[in-house]
Amino acid sequence: MKLSKTLLGASVGALFAASMLATGASAKTLVHCSEGSPEGFDAALYTAGTTFDASSRHIYNKLVEFERGTTTIAPGLAESWTVSDDGLEYTFNLRKGVKFHTTDFFTPTRDFNADDVVFSFNRQLKKDHPWNQYTAGAAWEYFDGMSMPDLLKEVVKVDDHTVKFVLNRPEAPMIANLGMDFASIVSKEYADKLEAGGSKEDLNQKPVGTGPFKFVAYQKDAVIRYKAHDDYWAGRAMIDDLVFAITTDASVRHQRLKAGECHFNPYPNPADLEAIASDADLKLPQQEGLNVGYMAYNTKVAPFDNASVRKALNMAINKNAILDAVFQGAGKAAKNPIPPTIWSYNDAIEDDPYDPEAAKKMLADAGVTDLSMKIWAMPVQRPYNPNARRMAELIQSDFDKIGVKVEIVSYEWGEYLKRSKAEDRDGAVLLGWTGDNGDPDNFLAVLLGCDGVGGANRAQWCNKEFEDLIQKAKVVSDAAERTKLYEEAQVVFKREAPWATIAHSVVFKAMRKEVEGYKIDPFGGHNFYGVDIKE
Amino acid sequence: MIAFLLRRIGLLIPTFIGVTIASFGFIRLLPGDPVLLMAGERGLTPERHEALLKQFGFDRPLWEQFLDYFFAIFQGDLGQSLVTKEPVFSEFLARFPATIELSLCAIIFAVALGIPAGMFAAVKRGSTYDHSIMGTALVGYSMPIFWWGLLLIIFFSGILKWTPVSGRISLMFFFPPVTGFMLIDSLLSGQKGAFTSAVSHLILPTVVLGTIPLAVIARQTRSAMLEVLSEDYVRTAKAKGLAPVRVIGVHALRNALIPVITTIGLQVGVLLAGAILTETIFSWPGIGKWMVDSIFRRDYPSVQGGLLLIAAIVMIVNLIVDLMYGLINPRIRHTGG
Repeated sequence: MKLSKTLLGASVGALFAASMLATGASAKTLVHCSEGSPEGFDAALYTAGTTFDASSRHIYNKLVEFERGTTTIAPGLAESWTVSDDGLEYTFNLRKGVKFHTTDFFTPTRDFNADDVVFSFNRQLKKDHPWNQYTAGAAWEYFDGMSMPDLLKEVVKVDDHTVKFVLNRPEAPMIANLGMDFASIVSKEYADKLEAGGSKEDLNQKPVGTGPFKFVAYQKDAVIRYKAHDDYWAGRAMIDDLVFAITTDASVRHQRLKAGECHFNPYPNPADLEAIASDADLKLPQQEGLNVGYMAYNTKVAPFDNASVRKALNMAINKNAILDAVFQGAGKAAKNPIPPTIWSYNDAIEDDPYDPEAAKKMLADAGVTDLSMKIWAMPVQRPYNPNARRMAELIQSDFDKIGVKVEIVSYEWGEYLKRSKAEDRDGAVLLGWTGDNGDPDNFLAVLLGCDGVGGANRAQWCNKEFEDLIQKAKVVSDAAERTKLYEEAQVVFKREAPWATIAHSVVFKAMRKEVEGYKIDPFGGHNFYGVDIKE
Repeated sequence: MIAFLLRRIGLLIPTFIGVTIASFGFIRLLPGDPVLLMAGERGLTPERHEALLKQFGFDRPLWEQFLDYFFAIFQGDLGQSLVTKEPVFSEFLARFPATIELSLCAIIFAVALGIPAGMFAAVKRGSTYDHSIMGTALVGYSMPIFWWGLLLIIFFSGILKWTPVSGRISLMFFFPPVTGFMLIDSLLSGQKGAFTSAVSHLILPTVVLGTIPLAVIARQTRSAMLEVLSEDYVRTAKAKGLAPVRVIGVHALRNALIPVITTIGLQVGVLLAGAILTETIFSWPGIGKWMVDSIFRRDYPSVQGGLLLIAAIVMIVNLIVDLMYGLINPRIRHTGG
């Protein structure tokens, strides 16, 4: 009797809470059931999307921003910029009157200016900068990963509202890099205050930025709270409060969404998609992800050094079966090494047909008989490959039909990444890539350029014709010309077939129907500025 | 009594040293380089890899790393998380109250239901009641926690809408943590409905985490009770004409409780293991969930520090259980001391 009373009381409480969420009290609160805890709030220290959602995507701005839902660059904290003729100097005109957040722990006395920009980059660039090692083991992973230390010579304050970036070599994707999360602008005034107070680590725990939401509190592994930044330069957010309710399990997120405990589930389970789509209270928009899942042959090892062997194997892979079994419909067959959401995607290219008979004949023509090979299956789930083991098994049976014997191997993830780089690696590797800045260079040069051999270029493929095209595209700043060069590069890629391009994932976002104006971010982020809740 | 206590504490020292070695070793036995994992598909140059290993001190011989770690422990320094860059100890403290709160509720739930159920089954030995209680206990004991948790969520939160799905308190309540125990903090906050909300959030996780201990305690109570009920002194008490309630509730129960208390003590380890799954299902921000995340990220300092602290807690609880055991059963104390 007592228990049922408690249950009743509890249920009343729960219903009350749920109705608060559904109807919205006086303040509009959006609850995002986020998939994990942020590592910290200084985005430049990290590489995980979960951390970026909680930090750079709401708290901070960059000099340039990607237009919501696209990979197109738009002005951010810089109103405009110019590039010198030699492509070595980028001059940014900064926006005036931009306010930093006023919070319980910091009250800014001045607007955003050039000092903040110089500080934000120099702390990453200069090893002897007092903020370079402000927390134990600080590593600027993304800044380094995008080769910024080699690329960036210096960042100079011209005047309070003008900053100049000087490069060591021309690099057309530079502007796109500055829209990335590591390029978030932090407040120098706040940093100075923390330094004086001896609590530098707070820069990573209690963030202050110029972005649409200001940080209120973080209860570890449980809840992050934000409030709309009233003086936001691009206009105040339509919602008043933003709450991240950290919920790691996908089934539980689904239940919370249904129960009205949250408005948004960033990663619904494939198994729940049908139920969500047919629920009148929920919405399920979808979009192709900025990624590609591939199988890289080792083009340095016979017989895979022969393009027609690679081509033949590609023709033996039944991609539709993989899309059904591995992606459960949440994928699209890939024909190019870049996803269709990236500019310069060459849609004129035709994919290799699935034709085991022709493949068999091509192999015989190439003088390859009794071929046996290894296929490496990743031990982890990734958006571009939700189940590598299953994918490898399907390819194994496809290859069996053309008389090629396959042995599937796998290693622990760190080990897998390391060993798969070896130039004498035995076997074809299943892997993939999620774009960083929406620039084709970020796929083509990183994954297929000659510099990447022995590294990120798992095919160990160095083709002069391809390399010339992508190197040229790196230094040309005219967008139309770059597009042409990349389109050509994709033709060379298709002809030479260093990879079997398998799929681009399709991402689904589940939300309650009262959520309006959400745009799926091609970079995989979740951004609630511009989103409203219908009363 | 003092000698007994000292002897017990003396035994803890080698155990503690063993645990430091094990906690340091286990995470390193797992394949996987924390630096490579941090870099992911993006990868990093061999130079950068080496520099980072050096920065974290992973380039030095293992014994050297161990000695550093070992001596730092005695200065109260468990190192810093590779991920959040915060001290491991404060990371632990931030999450520990949540786990304790849940574990306490679960053990109270298990004891409050398990002991009466076991007693009842023993008294009604061989009856339908006995069979159904023991049958249910067996099912409870074999229940996969993850499945059980989701089932309860779907039924009670999804279909009946009686309980919230997950979390510690409704998101509409926001107050700074004082003790870290949500039941207490919600009362202290003075916000209307906060306490009820905290209680309602505790119900399902308590049931899920308490299920296995409940089953174990019920079975243990039943068998201990059966043994005691056949003793001469119980027969004597009955023969004296004492009320059955008094015979069972006082004479038999006190003696039957001795092995049950040991069992309860041993359940602490089981609870902490169960907390890992329960916390994951209910988005409960405790140390179980934190340990799992840290293992996946190969966050060496967090894993080794966390394991050490958990082991220390289990050891202390077992010490307390031993002491209680001695109090309830004076024979132990006398032979021991």
